[in-house]
Amino acid sequence: MARMKFLCDADRCIECNACVTACKNEHEVPWGINRRRVVTLNDGLPGERSVSMACMHCTDAPCASVCPVDCFYTTDDAVVLHNKDTCIGCGYCSYACPFGAPQYPQTANFGTRGKMDKCTYCSGGPEPDMSQAEYVKYGSNRLAEGKLPLCAEMCSTKALLAGDGDIIADIYRERVVTRGYGSGAWGWRTAYGETVAV
Amino acid sequence: MRYLSQFMIALAVLVFVGQASAQVNPTERAVTEESMFEALGTDTNAVAGRVSIPDSSAGNLIKPENKSWASFQVGTLQTLSVVAVVGMVGLLTLFYMVRGRIQVDSGMSGLKILRFGAIDRFAHWTLASTFIILALTGLNLIIGTSVILPLLGENAFGALTSLGKIAHNYLAWPFMVALALIFVLWLIDNIPDKVDVEWLKQGGGIFKKGVHPPAKKFNAGQKVIFWAVILGGAGLSFTGVMLLFPGVAGAAADWQLYQTIHALIAAGLSAIIIAHIYIGSVGMEGAFDAMGSGEVDVNWAKEHHGLWVEQEKAKSAKDSALSTPAE
Repeated sequence: MARMKFLCDADRCIECNACVTACKNEHEVPWGINRRRVVTLNDGLPGERSVSMACMHCTDAPCASVCPVDCFYTTDDAVVLHNKDTCIGCGYCSYACPFGAPQYPQTANFGTRGKMDKCTYCSGGPEPDMSQAEYVKYGSNRLAEGKLPLCAEMCSTKALLAGDGDIIADIYRERVVTRGYGSGAWGWRTAYGETVAV
Repeated sequence: MRYLSQFMIALAVLVFVGQASAQVNPTERAVTEESMFEALGTDTNAVAGRVSIPDSSAGNLIKPENKSWASFQVGTLQTLSVVAVVGMVGLLTLFYMVRGRIQVDSGMSGLKILRFGAIDRFAHWTLASTFIILALTGLNLIIGTSVILPLLGENAFGALTSLGKIAHNYLAWPFMVALALIFVLWLIDNIPDKVDVEWLKQGGGIFKKGVHPPAKKFNAGQKVIFWAVILGGAGLSFTGVMLLFPGVAGAAADWQLYQTIHALIAAGLSAIIIAHIYIGSVGMEGAFDAMGSGEVDVNWAKEHHGLWVEQEKAKSAKDSALSTPAE
């Protein structure tokens, strides 16, 4: 099985936010929830770069380790998913996540955040693949259809890569060698304890 | 005015020329993840930038520090909580095996003296019952996945923990009310004084049969419990309210801090309360009556709160003297 990862080539990202829009539309993500976002670093300065960020589907995911009801699970493709039926909306995963991935439908007091929502790597949840119940809770399951996450598929500059970690690392490495520069595989060290060496 | 506009034009031209000469070469000075982390240094802040989302905290791109909170949760905090609770139970079991139940040396007299009135007992039991539920539901968040989850399965455990969370959030309020009530009711009798020094010197007579250092209404040990409950309870209340109102508390780093303090105080206070429950029930003959019926045996009172009994007697003597009609 593949070890699925995201890699955002910040030297290509033009902050068009198409990945964000694609994600929102594909999964009918409600208002206020951003499974993916684009962050612009050094905005307006020389060397400005934009990075598209969502759940990185970490190795030894910190969210899963702190979850008091153990609602997280890792698929055979190394995608970190969670069970919304078990989730109690305590917010601990959002405290633990280095990437700000966990989202909540409410920002209310008294712990009424609602069930946590995050990027599923377009691979749904514990319900049967491509079922209506799965769609309502987690959005579409493109992986079950043999497709990659829509954010990466839609990316106009092919900045955002999704797929097996080794393959997308090779693609990125080749790019860096060809053009002579690269700002790095953002988040890889934090998520996987390794980065793409060029 | 004319000079000013000329100056502005000149300035604009200068800026434009300056920018054109500093054409950005993408191979140079580009921001890299490595350089961003290096710039952070020991700072615990995130690699952050600008986002078009109204929530500015979404601008935090990578915050590796969050992982240390996570590993503290599943490592040190879990261990400390288990050690605090299991350790105290172990210590008490050992103590019980060595010392046994502390008896009333002079035997029960059969005469009763009122120790705690209805309001005292109501406050105590409100505080006690809410604390026990809060402590259990809180402990469940820390060790439930390793202890209860394997027994119940994911669905039942999830439902139980969800109920526990609701109970924890709402029972916090009667807990805080009872805490305030206890503070007001018992503060006056819990101010440390000279008698406590002597009591502590003799180890409270806990470890030796027949030793009964004098004590007023509350002995030094009880005062320690009182202040631990008041201070610990206040700490729990403050951090807990902050966690209930995350918007007031601040951002993720603040929630992490409050949660950590909350859990650490809870572990410590739970250990203290377990000892308190022990000595108030199986650990000492006649002690439970104080909070049960409110009336304790006079011999028990003389042994454990000698000065208080004398005070009460003097008071009732004075009262009866006053109420005796003058002839």
